[in-house]
Amino acid sequence: MSTISLLKLTVNNHPGVLAHVCGLFARRAYNLEGVMVRPIAGGASKRSRMWLLVNEEERLQQLIRQTEKLIDVISVEQHDLEGSIFEQTEGFFV
Amino acid sequence: MTDSAIDPATCSQPRFSGSQLLIKLLERQGITHVSGVPGGANLPIYDALTDSSIKHVLARHEQGAGFIAQGMARVSGKAQVCLASSGPGVSNLITAVADARLDSVPLISITGQVSQDMIGTDAFQEIDTFGLMLPITKHNWMLRSAEELLEVIPLAFEIALSGRPGPVSIDIPKDVQNQLIEVECLPEPGRRQANPVFDRQQVESMLERIWSARRPLLMIGGGIVYAGAAESLVQFAECLDLPAVQTFMGLGILPDGHPLSLGMLGMHGAPYTNLVLEECDLVIGLGVRFDDRATGKVAEFCPQAEIIHVDIDHSEIDKIMRPAISIRADVGEVLQAAIGILEPVSRPIWRRRVEQLKANHPLMLDGEDELFRPYGAIKAVASILDDSVSITTDVGQHQMWVAQAYPFRRAGQWVSSGGLGTMGFGLPAAIGMALAQPERKVVCFSGDGSFLMNIQELATSAEHDLDIKIVILNNRHLGLVRQQQSLFYARNLSAVEFQQNVDYALTARAMGMKGIDLGVSDNPLAELESALMEHGPCVIDLPISETEMVFPMVAPGGANREMIHGESA
Repeated sequence: MSTISLLKLTVNNHPGVLAHVCGLFARRAYNLEGVMVRPIAGGASKRSRMWLLVNEEERLQQLIRQTEKLIDVISVEQHDLEGSIFEQTEGFFV
Repeated sequence: MTDSAIDPATCSQPRFSGSQLLIKLLERQGITHVSGVPGGANLPIYDALTDSSIKHVLARHEQGAGFIAQGMARVSGKAQVCLASSGPGVSNLITAVADARLDSVPLISITGQVSQDMIGTDAFQEIDTFGLMLPITKHNWMLRSAEELLEVIPLAFEIALSGRPGPVSIDIPKDVQNQLIEVECLPEPGRRQANPVFDRQQVESMLERIWSARRPLLMIGGGIVYAGAAESLVQFAECLDLPAVQTFMGLGILPDGHPLSLGMLGMHGAPYTNLVLEECDLVIGLGVRFDDRATGKVAEFCPQAEIIHVDIDHSEIDKIMRPAISIRADVGEVLQAAIGILEPVSRPIWRRRVEQLKANHPLMLDGEDELFRPYGAIKAVASILDDSVSITTDVGQHQMWVAQAYPFRRAGQWVSSGGLGTMGFGLPAAIGMALAQPERKVVCFSGDGSFLMNIQELATSAEHDLDIKIVILNNRHLGLVRQQQSLFYARNLSAVEFQQNVDYALTARAMGMKGIDLGVSDNPLAELESALMEHGPCVIDLPISETEMVFPMVAPGGANREMIHGESA
């Protein structure tokens, strides 16, 4: 059974936000399998969308709560893996 | 670019340099003291500081500055500011910031950085402050324009104080400090945000679980101290007849000698305290994070008990324990809600059992009547002073002896480095405590190993003539390391003895303050008493044997029931 989950984050678009998210995953030893991030279209690019592919089962709720605590993270949602950005771009990672 | 300050009064519109604006915003936050060390990259901030009502405390090392601000924050509950320059100023400050993170202290670190056109060029005293502060703060910034100060300074205070408090870091390049801007109106000061809302129904569920439990136990921690909820807790515990174990950070919530108090649990807890954990059927954790020093081996912590957990930090819930009921909320608000609907209970059988454990497995304070034994020294100090005194420590054996034996009688009386366990914490923290509460005397218990780590701040305390008494339990060793080598490494004593001894009384005098060595005194108790009672800073060197140990002790990683009760070795 797969332990992979997909998280959809809305974050502030400014320097350092990726470091805050990846730094959290590194120091708490959460398994991060993939990151996709771009500014959200429109809205003068004040926000970015960040997709995280994570390999955590038991600690997933804990991981989400820790991520939600980051000041620059506006929201965290679990998302369906099917048809995800990671599926669509598999061809770039061979 | 120029280093000279611009006087805003000369401008038609209020015109500030970034530094002047920073200081103005700190004044509006109610800051009265900042501690720090100036250097090349924060010169403009120090230039602006001379025009301010804010008093600067010049530390002798940036780590000292960080802990002075921490000491002020820990006793006042207010966010406090420390200043450092770039490069080594920042790296020296790091330990105090990390310490604030683990003990949830609202500390605001403001550091100078090289100018933006130099960033990334390996400029003189350039360091990646943003990267270094990132994993040890609640949030951190590097500013790119003076305008950002208007948003970031109030936000920094808001974040440091809201929810679970903690440190923040603001890195300001020198060109931003010098940038001139016109400001039409200044922002409102940042304040603690409203606490998370919780469901009153959850409080009822919690109370029902407590009413139906036969052997319930409170586990109370630093969250109650920070929430200012000690009085509510006492009322709650008394009404529900709940015995309570205190974490290291929670000492003093229940006054020493309170019939429901079971003292400190965990690695150096009393035997009866850890044995009550074995028998309880419900643990109500209030403002605690189930730290490994408290729980021992988690799988064997309170084997018969269900857990209720109340904490303001959502990520603490389910982190270590799997509570049956959890409430994410300010613990003071939960206690208030509970007190409104309490029905008194008494639990004579459980209380009698707890009393029996207490009588049969007491905390043995070996040598408590002898001045030159650890517990004796601590008891002697406590017997001379009253409860108005604040107590801090460094880190090591002396810290655990004080945690076990000092009769704390009020929340906030006790300040110590819990999570990070930083040797060198005590002296600068004591300075900050005395600055924030000048009406209180501060006693810092230290060990010779810890004391040497920030000894330079003696000059700072002499300069301010603070009422600080440093009692060094001097065993000429790194005692807690020696203890672990004795117990767990077959007495293979490695690098724990200081072969060059230091005359601490003489050192104190050299730094401009009184110092006494009780080891050479004709009447040490009388000399201790007069040194403690008079106003002003004093170092009191009190020799003890290096063979003294902290008992009981649970081996790191062991279950709390497996306590080592030993003889000195």
